[in-house]
Amino acid sequence: MSLLTCKDFLEELNDYLDEEAAPGLRREIEAHLAECPNCWVICDTTKKTLRIFKGTDLYPLPAEVHSRLMEALRRKIKTAGGKAEA
Amino acid sequence: MNPQAAPSNGADDLALVGKAQAGDPEAFAELVSRHERSIFRLARHITQNEEDAEDVLQETFLKAYEHLDEFRGDSKFYTWLVRIAVNQALMKLRKRKSDRSVSLDETFDTGEETMVREIAVWAGDPEQLYSQEELRSILASAIDSLPPVFRTVFALRDIEELSTEETAQILNLSVPAVKSRLLRARLRLREKLTRYFKRKGDDVFAYL
Repeated sequence: MSLLTCKDFLEELNDYLDEEAAPGLRREIEAHLAECPNCWVICDTTKKTLRIFKGTDLYPLPAEVHSRLMEALRRKIKTAGGKAEA
Repeated sequence: MNPQAAPSNGADDLALVGKAQAGDPEAFAELVSRHERSIFRLARHITQNEEDAEDVLQETFLKAYEHLDEFRGDSKFYTWLVRIAVNQALMKLRKRKSDRSVSLDETFDTGEETMVREIAVWAGDPEQLYSQEELRSILASAIDSLPPVFRTVFALRDIEELSTEETAQILNLSVPAVKSRLLRARLRLREKLTRYFKRKGDDVFAYL
């Protein structure tokens, strides 16, 4: 029988997902998850949310944005005359 | 390890910073190529548009170059860059929304009761339910719907994989403040994605 309430579980969810929960707390969370289907679903779907975001680069750097950045830096370095002489 | 996250070669960075400080432009260019993808992505997440993200990207590296002598190695070079980028990005947001100030201390809408509304089991492989293009648009609109402070914390912690302590330092927030904002961001995204990813015919609603 877990001593954790659903509210306690939600408060500890981050540390649990980040594997930062102390071993004792971790065991209590797992006991709660084993007997509370709602919290199990929240935990599972939050884990999947993170996995999906981490697996998808939403905003890869466009080649032309990279080129314009390098051009801006070249101009900067030229006008600064190089850091050593600046 | 998140393949998107910046390489955590802090020691290598320091050697390059030393060379760049001594006037080697190639060393600075190498630092740019290591971190430009991450800085652009972060700026894009915060500003929500590509033009502003490009401005932030340029301003960040130009400022870093200009102030390179002030970098003393108290933090990782990457963290120092991110701090510049976040400040530039938030400044853009403030300018754009001049009628509404953008604060990292936003306290609105933090009611516990709104944190979890829908509880439904997801399909086994939710990513496979949509095309790559659809998936990207679902994820982008979910993250865009978060208030600035939530998406900034989420982008720093869960996309760029900075630690809670680094995130707190960059945003001038306490560690508990970062943790509570991150929890809310994660739960809101979970909630948004549930609409798209829940198992078909499994329309279970529950309230906590």
